[in-house]
Amino acid sequence: MIWNEKYECMPVNELKQVQSERLKKLAAYIYTNCSVYKDKFDKAGIKPDAIRSIDDIKKLPFTTKIDMRDNYPYGLFCKDQKEVIEIHVSSGTTGNPTLVGYTRDDIKLWSEVMARCMACAGAEPGDTIQNAYGYGLFTGGLGAHYGGLEMGLRVIPMSSGQTQRQLKIMQDFKPKIISCTPSYALYMAEEAREMGIDPKKGSWKIGVFGAEPWSEKMRNEIEATWNMLATDIYGLSEIIGPGVAQECPNKNGLHIFSDVFYPEIIDPDSGEAVAEGQDGELVITTLTKQAIPLIRYRTRDIVSINYEKCKCGRTSPRISKIKGRTDDMIVVRGINVFPSQIEHVLLGIKGTEPHYQIIVDRQQHQLDEVEVLVEVNSKMFSDEVKQLEELKRKIKKEISAVLSISAKVTLVEPKTIERSMGKAKRVIDKRQM
Amino acid sequence: MKIKQISIFLENRKGRLYDVCSLLGKNDINIRALNVAETESFGILRIVVNKPDVAIKVFKDADIVAKITDVIAIEVDDRPGGLADILKVLADEDVNIEYMYGFVEKSSDRALMVFRFDDVDKAAAILKKHNIRIVTEQSVREL
Repeated sequence: MIWNEKYECMPVNELKQVQSERLKKLAAYIYTNCSVYKDKFDKAGIKPDAIRSIDDIKKLPFTTKIDMRDNYPYGLFCKDQKEVIEIHVSSGTTGNPTLVGYTRDDIKLWSEVMARCMACAGAEPGDTIQNAYGYGLFTGGLGAHYGGLEMGLRVIPMSSGQTQRQLKIMQDFKPKIISCTPSYALYMAEEAREMGIDPKKGSWKIGVFGAEPWSEKMRNEIEATWNMLATDIYGLSEIIGPGVAQECPNKNGLHIFSDVFYPEIIDPDSGEAVAEGQDGELVITTLTKQAIPLIRYRTRDIVSINYEKCKCGRTSPRISKIKGRTDDMIVVRGINVFPSQIEHVLLGIKGTEPHYQIIVDRQQHQLDEVEVLVEVNSKMFSDEVKQLEELKRKIKKEISAVLSISAKVTLVEPKTIERSMGKAKRVIDKRQM
Repeated sequence: MKIKQISIFLENRKGRLYDVCSLLGKNDINIRALNVAETESFGILRIVVNKPDVAIKVFKDADIVAKITDVIAIEVDDRPGGLADILKVLADEDVNIEYMYGFVEKSSDRALMVFRFDDVDKAAAILKKHNIRIVTEQSVREL
């Protein structure tokens, strides 16, 4: 079904009018209510009344993750904190995390777009969803939860982990929909076989998989293993969380809800639009968000876009699967990790200089494993094993505290980490996606 | 009284111990005592050599992480209970041993043991008080 036919299938010229009206309102709203944006506009020499249609969006300055970090915590808010009813925090590159906040209307918007996603994947009101995205500060769990409530699904709020229990719940309540990271779907299949459960006979018929990059090969494997339809969902907490774009059963790109999240694809170096269909960085403007609306937010995700009407009837454009990043961020078990965060941890530990390397690997049907190699220097070194073990433990604990991932820490000899052009290669990603 | 021990960080890789030992051999440095502490992913080689100051420089130049630690070498009677007698004194006097190991050579009818104490000066004073024979740096060089 199509959850919001009016907007999702709106003729393109009408959609453009809606986008134009919303952008005009947004420019005035953000200029009046956020001094950081007012300064950005003034510096760029642009007044809100110069925005007359959606095409004028090119006149507006970009917003980046650095803006979010520099104005932490409340600098980018356009609403008083009294009107903010929920906040989420995700990792920043270094130092300050990224804070996002929602007004009651923002939560309504989030519920609406997530309901669109569920329906787009093939859910019908009355179906049951097993939501195995993590609940908590991570936006995945609650986003899918709100969408499920909004469209009248029966929501099982499993959160992530507890695999045996996940499988027991699947057997007992026969949910039709599963939402989690795609790698976790494969991991659960492995566990199911060990428990003597045939995944092909599982109840899940539709998967809403996201929060990490994955390939067509992985999709085919999930679909064959679980005998289900595996769809891709896209989102990022800065924009709203999950719910920015979603594949329909045609599996030919993710419908981005451009009436509320206006997409542009740009050349990351020049900032200019790339030709239609070419790869570039996805830039999103939140046309109707209230607490922290973002203008031309640089997602750093590389995609292409297709404006053709889809066979499903939706006119909302389709973005490709994420083809890469313009920065060095990696996604581990659905968690965004920047190498600079690990560098920061190492710098914070007395005596450690940041010669390090992050190795990410995934054994077949297993979850991501992270190993951090740290070169030992004479300041850190001790003749006592317990001192070095303590150092390892401390690094591991700090990484876990900052990144919420458990990493194996290995101490290595100096100069053993490969350096190219004088700079160490920070990340070795061995995963077969 | 104290002697210099060199500790070296070693990854658990084939040939690393050989690399270190051959480096010593090439530089005409003789190993007097040796011990390896191993963990799952790395090891610590501890050695007493005849030329510790030369050795540490050789390691630094070869980008090998090494450091000097003060330890005490003790002459232990080579008879049943010889080591136990010394350990009893240390235990009674509340001296904590981090680790210990034996020398390659013997000094006449006595065995030589390296002791690493958390408080080396306190340990030396107590050993002296109990007339336990401590080997000097000079005699290590001449072994």
